[in-house]
Amino acid sequence: MPFESTAQLAPALLDVSFRDGYVGSVIAVSLYVSLTAVALSTLVSVPAAVAIGLADFPGKGFVKSVVNTGMGFPSVVVGLVVLFAVSNQGPLGSLELIFTREAMIMSQFVLATPPITAITLAAVSGVDDGVRDAARVLGGTRVDVALVVIKEARYGIATAVLAGFGRAVSEVGSVLIVGGNITSADGISKTRTLTTAIQLEARQGQYETAMVLGAVLVALVLTVNAIVVRFGDRGVAG
Amino acid sequence: MSIQRRRFVAALGAGAVASTAGCSSTNDGNGDGGDGGSGGNGTDGGESAEESIGVAGETLTLTTTTSTYDTGLLDEIHTDFEEMYGVTVDAVAQGTGAALETARNGDSDIVMVHARGLEDEFMRNGYGINRRDLMFNDFVIVGPEDDPAGIEGMGSATEALTTVAEAQATFVSRGDNSGTHTKELNLWEAAGTEPGGDWYQETGTGMGEALNIANQQGAYTLSDRGTFISQRSEIDLTILVQGPIEGGPEILANPYGVMAVNPGVHDNANYDLAMAYIGWITSPEVQEAISEYQVNGEQLFFPRAVSENPDFQQYVPEGWSSDDSDE
Repeated sequence: MPFESTAQLAPALLDVSFRDGYVGSVIAVSLYVSLTAVALSTLVSVPAAVAIGLADFPGKGFVKSVVNTGMGFPSVVVGLVVLFAVSNQGPLGSLELIFTREAMIMSQFVLATPPITAITLAAVSGVDDGVRDAARVLGGTRVDVALVVIKEARYGIATAVLAGFGRAVSEVGSVLIVGGNITSADGISKTRTLTTAIQLEARQGQYETAMVLGAVLVALVLTVNAIVVRFGDRGVAG
Repeated sequence: MSIQRRRFVAALGAGAVASTAGCSSTNDGNGDGGDGGSGGNGTDGGESAEESIGVAGETLTLTTTTSTYDTGLLDEIHTDFEEMYGVTVDAVAQGTGAALETARNGDSDIVMVHARGLEDEFMRNGYGINRRDLMFNDFVIVGPEDDPAGIEGMGSATEALTTVAEAQATFVSRGDNSGTHTKELNLWEAAGTEPGGDWYQETGTGMGEALNIANQQGAYTLSDRGTFISQRSEIDLTILVQGPIEGGPEILANPYGVMAVNPGVHDNANYDLAMAYIGWITSPEVQEAISEYQVNGEQLFFPRAVSENPDFQQYVPEGWSSDDSDE
């Protein structure tokens, strides 16, 4: 089956001519922005989700609802909010972040955080109470308990991170607005990602080129997922 | 070459100021025995000026319309500017309305757009200065070859649109506040026809997408000639009403202007580099390069900046005169 799809893709790839280094630089920007955003988001989301999951407080259900709602944020709206923040007129205007990769990371951070938090929260909630109690009985501190829970919920957390990555790398609305879809004149991407490159080709009616770039994006997500799954399996074996 | 000259002039200037000896050149300054120390200072000043003055390494953010970017013109000519000044041009293709709005927020240094009414408003509000006419092409009304409304060869664009409206033939509008959309609305207004109904479809898309939608629906649309030419091989639409380049009505003219963002309003605007860009792109050499740029063997843009005759209206809002400056 892999041969079949390669065979179908090959003529299209040969047909479409890109400038030297163009696709590579676009992929690099996509990966840099989305991986950074997801890494930062994971550092915030997982501890937050574990803290919420292990604590009992009034309004916990409401917090969960808010986080779950965040998963449905339209990326265009997030892009506009980040644009207002980083624009010259906005509160972060003096940092001159508009049309930079840093601004794109900010908006993807906002987009990736709700799914990572929500799915981690679900995974943590799903850990058997007995595990928690056992850790406590054995004299574990709160941090120890949290670590045990994270270990038990690691598959769910890996899924959460992948979901966050999928959300970040595939969204087009916010990175287009805050990044500006810029390449230099020699065709090396500055803030052009695979999604905004696809959007540009579609705008010009170059649907075939857009499809080729779409296939590259799918392959990229597949690769990242495969690496994470492989990594997870090794973790179990060892 | 020009970078070196620029730096030399800067070094000269800094040297003269630092030494306050009024020496005509650094060599002379060192030669004036009693003044050797200050001459040396002057040279030092010149060297540090070489690093701090000048634009090398800076970035010019240009917001522009999709037609200049998507036709590949900017990528073609920008390499020359980037090499000449050692800078980077970040071209953001947004459509005229959005490009001006980005500049209005102080997020770009220079705009290149094609809707004189919106440019004038931008200037009158103080955001844009030093406007120059840059180049032009024209709009064409395109549609399916079988031409159900029968507008082919009409000499009047407004009459053609009225005919389309009366026939209720499908018309695709950009609907995105772009230069082309602005032109289309002006045409409807000039025709005295209020477009609306099932046959009139606002798509909210770029020119290329709008052409594709029109192509799939067998609809009419207004397109700039450049985008249409660069996409013609992919679609079945044909030009039914020509613009002024091919002898059509003047109302379909499509002039592009370039202007710097006012550093008095946005002090972070890279005004120096914006003016360098305007000087560069309106120079005879680059205007020549614009006229030589071809897609599918056809010229897309016609230079307009170089002229023997003065054209004062390019610098001010259309119809402006010093008499109404106290309005």
